[in-house]
Amino acid sequence: MNSGTAIFIALVLAVTVMGFLAARWGNAKLNTLDEWALGGRRFGTLVSWFLLGGDLYTAYTFIAVPALAFGAGALAFFAVPYTTIAYPLVFLIMARFWSIAKRRGYVTTADFVHDRFGSRWLELAVAVTGVLSVMPYIALQLTGMQAVLERVGIASTNASALIFLVVAFVLLAAYTFTSGLRAPAMIAFVKDALIYLTVIVALAIIPAKLGGWAHIFDAAQAALAAKPKPGSIILTPNLFFAYSTLAFGSALALFIYPHSVTSVLSAKSAQVIQRNCALLPLYSLLLTFIALLGYCALAAHISVGKQTNLVIPQLFAQFFPNWFAGIAFAAIVIGALVPAAIMAIGAANLVTSNILQSFRARQTRPASEFAIARYIALLVLAGGFAIAVFLRPQFAINFQLLGGAWILQVFPAVILGLYTRWFHPAALLLGWAAGMAAATWMAVSTNFATFYPLHIGGGVLAGANMFYAFIVNLAVAALLTLVFNAVKANAGSDLTTAADYA
Amino acid sequence: MSKRSYYWFLVVPFIATLVPPFYARRGPTLFGFPFFYWYQILWIVLAALVVWWVYLATRKASHE
Repeated sequence: MNSGTAIFIALVLAVTVMGFLAARWGNAKLNTLDEWALGGRRFGTLVSWFLLGGDLYTAYTFIAVPALAFGAGALAFFAVPYTTIAYPLVFLIMARFWSIAKRRGYVTTADFVHDRFGSRWLELAVAVTGVLSVMPYIALQLTGMQAVLERVGIASTNASALIFLVVAFVLLAAYTFTSGLRAPAMIAFVKDALIYLTVIVALAIIPAKLGGWAHIFDAAQAALAAKPKPGSIILTPNLFFAYSTLAFGSALALFIYPHSVTSVLSAKSAQVIQRNCALLPLYSLLLTFIALLGYCALAAHISVGKQTNLVIPQLFAQFFPNWFAGIAFAAIVIGALVPAAIMAIGAANLVTSNILQSFRARQTRPASEFAIARYIALLVLAGGFAIAVFLRPQFAINFQLLGGAWILQVFPAVILGLYTRWFHPAALLLGWAAGMAAATWMAVSTNFATFYPLHIGGGVLAGANMFYAFIVNLAVAALLTLVFNAVKANAGSDLTTAADYA
Repeated sequence: MSKRSYYWFLVVPFIATLVPPFYARRGPTLFGFPFFYWYQILWIVLAALVVWWVYLATRKASHE
């Protein structure tokens, strides 16, 4: 065993111990859903910063965005406007959501939709969409881990990589079960410290060895232009609309994902969320430079064939000394464990609180919810594992892309619902159905491309699937609201009051 | 200015970053970075400052 492998294993073991110890953090009484799933809603600015950063900027992001830059050039940098504009949105929207959730004891977005629109079906739609969109996301965290394991030296064969994955995942499931959200919150400190360290060292070493940034951009441009499907480091006009709509749609979707909601609700006040909207962009800077490492890989003539997910591991292996590569790879693997745990908790909350519920009026949260949620989290993790291991890798990638388009379809009910009760619940449900159908149809008809070439007025406008589906959704919901109001259809109850949103 | 009107400043980062014709250009470069890159990186920082400023302004207003 070499030094890199030893450091790698030591770090992964250390965070595992932390995951179990987290159950004792802050004198936790882990016997309610609020304590297990939301850490008792007590996290301050610093803990929330690490938790949200560890949650939103996942290992898969750090593998896939530079891989896209490596393969397609400028388009990959949609992640920059995406993670820039997400925060002004969150500042307004999620602070409001946090307030009403705290006031009325909500654990999920679907809890809110149930009370606001008095519609069990709309609640179910929101909950099922959340679970479906987060499952492939968990699977992709494993894909990110696999990419690293192939380089780290302990996984020279497929069998040993699988054994490592199984062990890491069983341990992850075990400490998620015992410690709940406190486990990823504690591990996130280590994950983020290691990621920042890795990227700062990478930026200090790699560009200098490659002759500086000016040369890297020139070399990347030359390499992209020479590809069978030529790319460019400067966005070309035919991609302008695709770039903007993908950034915009992704930013709208980011904070409705169950794992984002879970992290947001664990904050101790709305101000904690608002402060973090000014502090989290530090991770966006980090992500931008990680994406630029994709260009460094082009300039370094890294060759990975079709497996572009190996670009970053390969680059690190080539430029870092063995022991530091061990730290970098540990950072990526731990970076996969943190979001996977939060995603499992977020999905478990939706299943327990919103899917496994009776259609009758409900009382206060039963204590049994907590007991059930922990087991559901195990099931969700097992499901993500199965997708990653037993299905083709491309399936998880396609499914996750489609999941991003799906989750955006609950935006009208969840987010617009925070501001207005104008929409009719049945119209929102049908709008959701239309958006889901449109997103799925566009994805299938383009063989799971991110963009759909819309033919309008004799021209073709390529825009993000998710964005077009969202427009369909909004149009249907608005039109049908007018129709239902005209025929005076029963608009359901609204259990929330204006004071709840303050 | 009322508390709510500060929120309109949050729109600025959207306009600045969602219209690629503004910035999908090679020059002028900065430290070897094409304009397309340093402009977008700059807006990560500027948007954070806008958010921080709106936070301070609206928080203060809410105490009055």
